[in-house]
Parts: sequence; C-alpha cells; structure tokens
Amino acid sequence: MDADRFSERHLQELKSIFGEERVLWREHDLYSYAFDASFGTYKPDAVVQPLTAEEVCRLVRMANRECIPLTPRGHATSLSGGPLPVHAGIVVDMSKMNRKLIIDEDDLVAVVSPGVITAHIHQAAEQKGLMYPPDPSSSQVSTIGGNLAENAGGPRGLKYGVTKDYVLGLEVVTPCGELIRTGGRTVKNVTGYDLTKLIVGSEGTLGIITEATLRLIPKPQAAETIMAVFGDLVACGRAISRILTSGILPSKIELMDQASILAVENYEPCGLPRDAKAIVLIELDGHPAAIAAEKAVAHDVCVRTGARTVWSAQSEAEQREMWRARQLVSPAIARIKPTKIAEDICVPKSKIPEAFARLEQIRDKYGLNMVIFGHAGDGNLHPNIMADSRDAAEMKRVEQAVEEIFRLALELGGTLSGEHGIGTMKAPFMPLELGEAGLDMMRRIKQAWDPNGIMNPGKMFPSPGQRLVLTDD
Amino acid sequence: MTADTDRARSELLRELAYEDTLSCVQCGYCLPACPTYAAFGKETHSPRGRIHLVRLAAEGKMNDWTLLAEAMDLCLGCRACETACPSGVRYGRILESARTAIAARRRPGAFARAGRKFAFRGLFPHKRLLNSLAGTLWVYQKSGLEKAAESLRLTRLLPASLAAFAEVLPRQTSPAARARRPKTFQPRGERRFRVAFFTGCVMDAMFERVNRLSMELLALAGCEVVSVPGETCCGALHAHAGERGDAKRLAMRNIEAFERLEASGIDYVVHNAGGCGAMLAEYPRLFDDEPLWRERARRFADQCADISVVLAQLELPFKRDPDRWVTVTYQPSCHMTHVQKVTAPPLDLLRSIPGVRLADMEDRDQCCGSAGIYNIVHHEESMSILDAKMRSVRATGAAVVVTTNPGCLLQMRLGIRRAGLAERMRAVHLVELLAEACGLTR
Repeated sequence: MDADRFSERHLQELKSIFGEERVLWREHDLYSYAFDASFGTYKPDAVVQPLTAEEVCRLVRMANRECIPLTPRGHATSLSGGPLPVHAGIVVDMSKMNRKLIIDEDDLVAVVSPGVITAHIHQAAEQKGLMYPPDPSSSQVSTIGGNLAENAGGPRGLKYGVTKDYVLGLEVVTPCGELIRTGGRTVKNVTGYDLTKLIVGSEGTLGIITEATLRLIPKPQAAETIMAVFGDLVACGRAISRILTSGILPSKIELMDQASILAVENYEPCGLPRDAKAIVLIELDGHPAAIAAEKAVAHDVCVRTGARTVWSAQSEAEQREMWRARQLVSPAIARIKPTKIAEDICVPKSKIPEAFARLEQIRDKYGLNMVIFGHAGDGNLHPNIMADSRDAAEMKRVEQAVEEIFRLALELGGTLSGEHGIGTMKAPFMPLELGEAGLDMMRRIKQAWDPNGIMNPGKMFPSPGQRLVLTDD
Repeated sequence: MTADTDRARSELLRELAYEDTLSCVQCGYCLPACPTYAAFGKETHSPRGRIHLVRLAAEGKMNDWTLLAEAMDLCLGCRACETACPSGVRYGRILESARTAIAARRRPGAFARAGRKFAFRGLFPHKRLLNSLAGTLWVYQKSGLEKAAESLRLTRLLPASLAAFAEVLPRQTSPAARARRPKTFQPRGERRFRVAFFTGCVMDAMFERVNRLSMELLALAGCEVVSVPGETCCGALHAHAGERGDAKRLAMRNIEAFERLEASGIDYVVHNAGGCGAMLAEYPRLFDDEPLWRERARRFADQCADISVVLAQLELPFKRDPDRWVTVTYQPSCHMTHVQKVTAPPLDLLRSIPGVRLADMEDRDQCCGSAGIYNIVHHEESMSILDAKMRSVRATGAAVVVTTNPGCLLQMRLGIRRAGLAERMRAVHLVELLAEACGLTR
C-alpha cells in the first residue's frame, strides 16, 4: 500500500467527520501515535479519536473508498505491534470511546464501550459481587477493545480462561463500513458461524469493535497463596505439572527463575533466597474450606517433587509481600539492560519441565541475559531477553535465539504466542505453525471481509520473504 | 559523516538525557497517572509520548523544536509518572534536560526575556525584594483597597491568570511583625532535636505566617529552631524552567550556608514546602559532572526533611476539643509524594489531631494543576485540571482541604472559589491546622 496517497483532501474529509479537535496531524502528535510497547516507530498520516460508532462507520467508508490503511488502537500497551501503523495511513484512537460500562446483575453480563479500561470493568463487577476474570498484567492501563482485538490472557487464565471465553457479543464496524452485531447476551448461542470468536484475537484486521457484551461470573469468596522454593528449575516444572494433575485447579501459578530472583534481590531486597533456582507462587481461590483442603494438596506435591521450602501466607500482609516480589521482577530486570524482548510461547502442561530445560540451553548457547518468569501453570512461559538495541551483534544473537524459541514451542506441540499476539514480529513464523494451507484459509477469510486490505495491513500475515528483524535501522 | 557532525550528534544525545529515554519500554503504565493525559487526551501530552519525542529529537529524527517545546511546556512536572513507572525511568531528568535544551535555543521577544530574567535572577533569589512586595500586598489588603478593588472588579483588568490569584492570596504579615520574628526558637521542655529552618523565598514572602507557625510548632514539640543565615531560593522554579545554571548557583549558596551551620550540630534542615523540599533533595543531581560538589550536595540533601517527617516523630500538645468533629481531606504535594517520597507522615499527623475525621479523596495523588507557575503561564489548561480535582474534593464532603506546599494551597483556594464552595470549605497548610489544634493561632 502506498503511504503518500494520503493528501490534504483526505485531511479535510476527516475534519468534516470528527471536527478540528479530534483529528491530529502535526508532526509531534503523529510521532506520539507511532509506537506501542513492542518494537519500531511508524509515523501515521493522521490520528483520529472517534466518540461514536456512527463516526467510525463514516471513517471506514471513506478509508475503504480511498484505500487508506486504518490501524485501530486502544492505549497501545501491545507487546506484539498490533497498534503500529506499519503502512502509515490513519491511526484510530478508540480510547476516547469509553462512556458505556453497564453491569447487568440479572443477566450476569457487562456491556462496555471499547475505550473502557479493563480494570474499571473489574472494579464495577466486583462492586456487585461479580468478576470479569481475564486479568492481563496491563489491565490498569489497557482498554477492553485492545484486549478483545488481541485476545488478551493473564495469570488467572490457568483456571478461568482468557478474553475469548468471556465474550458473548460484539458490535463491529466491518472493513466496508457497515455496523454489524455478532453473538448476543446468552452463554448458549449456536445461530450461524461464530463471528464473535473470529473477531476476538483478529488483531484489528477484520474490523473495529465499537461495543462488547461480556460474561461475568460470581466473585470467589476468598483467595490464599503459598510459595515454594526449588533448587532446580526442571524439578520446579515437574511440580507444576503434578499439581495440575492432582485434582485441584489453582487460580494462578506464577514462576520466577533464578535470574529474576537475583534481579529482584539486587534491585530491592525482599529476603528471597539468592541460591534458589526457582520460586513458584500458587494462588487458590474459592470457598475458604475448599481452599484449606487444596492448599494441603499443593503443599504436599511441592514437598514430594523436591521443593526446598514451602510456606503459606499467614496474613493478608504476608500474601501481599509474596506477590510484591513477583511484581518487582519487571522493574528489576529493566536494570539489567535497556532493551526487553518479551516472548510469549505456550506449551502443553506436560511439557513444562522440558521447555525450561531447553530454554536454559538456548540462553547459554547464545550467551544472552534471559529471565524466565510468568504464568507457568498454563504452560504460557515468558522468556524475557534483556539486551541493548544499540549492540547490533547482540541483537543478531537475540534474533537467532528468538527463532529457536519459536521452533522449540512448536516442536513441543505448543504455539508461538499464548497471549501477546502475532502482530509484526511473529508473522514470519505463521506458516511454521499453521502450514501453508492453514494460513491460506486465514488469508481467504481476510480477503472476504476486507477486499481492499485497509484494516491493519502488515499484521499477522507475513509478506513474501519477511524475516524477524529486531534492529531499528 | 564528518567528525564535526559526529560531535554535534553525541553532544545532542548528552544534552537531552538520551540514555534515560532508552530505559522507557513504552508500556503505558504512566498513562493513568498523568493529569495532562487525562485532561487533554493525547499521547503527545503523556509521559511516554514526551519521552518518545525527546528521544526522536536527540536522534535528529524530529527537528521542529517548537513542537517539542509545545509538548514539554504543557507538562506539569508533577512526576506522578515516576511513581507509576515499572521500569524506573528518570522522567525528571529527561524533562529538565529537554527544558534546558529548549530554553537555550529559544529567542524570546526582548520584553518576555527581560521579564523572565527579572523574575528568575532579580526576584526569586532576593528575599528582601520579595518581602517588600509582600509588604505592599499587606498594605493593599489591610487598607481596604483590596475590598474596593474587588467590588469595582479592578482585578478583572489584570490578565485573567493573575487576577485569579490576586483574589486568593493569603493574609500578609505586617512588615513590623516580620522584622520581630526571632532568629531562634527555644524548645518547650526537653530538647529532642536541634533543627535549622529553611524559610524559602516565596514561602517566606507570601506565607510568612505559615513559616512562623512552623517554627513555633517545632519548638512546641521539643525542637530548638535556628535560622540559616545566607540561605536563598531553592532554585526549583529555575530548574523546572530549564534555567539550570541559575539553579546550580542557588544550590551552591544554600549548601554553603548550611555548611557554615553544620559545625554547631544540626539534626535536620526542616522545610515546609513540598516543591522546595523536593528540589533540595535533588541537589546532588545538579552536579552530575562535579563529584566534589555532588558529595557536598548529597550531605546537605540527607539532612533535609519535610516538617511532617520531623513532627511525626515527636509529640504535639493538642488542645483541640475531641468532640468537635471536623472532616478534613488531604491533597498531597506531588513533589512531596513522587520526589521526596513522603506520604505517610502528613496523614499520620492529621489522624492524630483530636476530633479530625480524615476523608480520603479519589485520585488523591493526581496533581491539582498548580505546578510552580504552570497555573499562571498555562492558565486554561491548569484550570481544567483543577476543575477535575475539585470534583474529587467536593465528593469528600470535607470542610478543610489540607496541603503541604504554597502553590497547591493557592490553587486549592482558587479551586474552592471556582467550585462555589467558599461558604463551607477552606484550604490550609498542614502546619496551620496543627497550630490551630495546639492553640497557637491567635
């Protein structure tokens, strides 16, 4: 697609739709919408801030007529490049469309505008004794529209599933500018193709979400945490696998490897054992009596699989202290080196121990700073490589290591991305996982929805010969 | 590329704190903490947006510095983003480096330049001049001219931003009373600490009463309070405006003044303005390339403490009737929260006052929009931030809003007026409320 197609005439038409205030076109504004939390800077031609579905329809009809790329975006916390306008065109900032947040206690649903911040849905639901389970780490910032487009996960995914498991219906502006409704307000609904699930996780390539109906569940009465310390990473992986087959289902199992433990202790001493190879935090939720019984099981499994010490939090304060160490991992590892490459593979639960062992081999082979932490329990591992983007030789090694991590995930029967999305960086690896025919079916779906290819071009589907590149210039 | 352009490039990278911009991973966790992002709704006015622009300017990719200036000027400098940041990005450094670089490239009109120079070099550092201005203000208020001017709406003739503040200026101390203020206050009962009191410039000129009450309170709580001969303006307004050289000169004078006193044994240098205190705490940063001065600055900064930190360790003889309930809410100074990292002591002190019910406000840590002289130079923007803050203040139902910084205090008074709450709400410095409760105020 040709970026310099955008002209003064288009700008004027945008202003006639949105007014002067909600069309941004000056250089500093454009650069401020040129990035997300992943890699690269791509300056758009214009940014618009819709407030209504009607405005979005008019915008999309214009873009479709003029073949101008549209890149929808929430708060651009994406780690995979979803909101990057890689072919320039218009960035559609949906974060201002945030007026509607209705909790319906009778139908157990929430009806929300796409710009509503995910944490605000959590709070509103909890006020009525309900819960919206998906809890991506960025939920204090991320918009629900972005979560839906990327099918975001989070620690609670282990027990409760991810965003797609809680979407009942959507209102979507199609790439031709029509407003459609998919799904509805009921859990059971088998009327026709499930377009709702097709849109969720489509990374903005099939349309723009303008409203969502979400499923809510009763909020668990209580939650408690235990912490297990291991002298061996693979044994820790085994413990996680065993817990999951012992008849209990924790709400979260979070892991910190030795590199993360050391980073935290160097950053802000929390009294974690520096010589431990791994620490696991296990949260159990539900009825207090059930928690007590399940805690005993988890404790027992950890001890039998070789945990050095296992202790359960005796108070809320102790519980907070345990989770605080986990929260400190991100700021702590940022001190190691400035550039963070956050990977997101997901493997079947039984393969967790092997994945740990092989990741350590990859780290040593390429001589990189790699820390492994994250949601472990659902097989979603976050190997984070800390590097320096100005060191071209190191970045080359990172590219090779990342490619090997992807191949490892597929070899173990897993997937390229558990919750971050494909976007730009992982697109070259799509054929590896899906096969040419599988990917081609997706291309044909995309073609049917978006004949002019205006919706978020450059994402998900690799261009011919595209490779993983992490260097800027 | 020639050696010259190479050198110019690396010079620019250093000038703009480029290394610091690289530590931002653009996760966006700063967005909910940023008052200007909330008020203006654009990434251009968010912390990560600004950091990104500084990075691009340093890399020579964005060369229109007037646009960079627009983004940097509208930052309040509240530094709430630093508290929110999971990667420990030193936003304060980035902001200040950009403002200094922008100031160096600006060619303001002769009039504006002279005015700015007068304010920064001629006014803030000269306590006597400021005090006499405050004296004039006192005459203006006492003589009834104020009432006359207000009733004739004369204040409307001033630019709107200044007029707004003329209406909320504090009661001024008479020049005679100011001159009578003792140099030393003896502790009541056993001496617990010996403290030097940093009076500040604007604080001492406009809020002399709060300064005096601060010293009396400290004495009442068992401190021997001495003044610091030779102290001057802390330099915060200079540093925030990119006048780094001036800020440094003032810092050196304060450090020297303190060192002359040090030999006599001082437990703390006590200040009562959140913004000034933050500047004093950050003095070492001004001397990145001068290890000797940096060490002297560090020693000085380590001794400095907000008055709430000192009072919270001591006991105050409250005389307030515990059955006379009053609801109070606290609007913290951003620089006290995010730079000094002092959060608990003011709340502990408020809770310790008999009969005080503390009502927490929503988004308490969001800036009120005062931010040094932001509310004067960016009046409209500041007022939209203030109006949002006042909605939270109103919801607490408090009769008293407590602050810990002169700028915030004026802004809150203005906010109360704008919100039409003047009949049932007042704004005070924490020290004033404590002094009232100890029966110190006449």
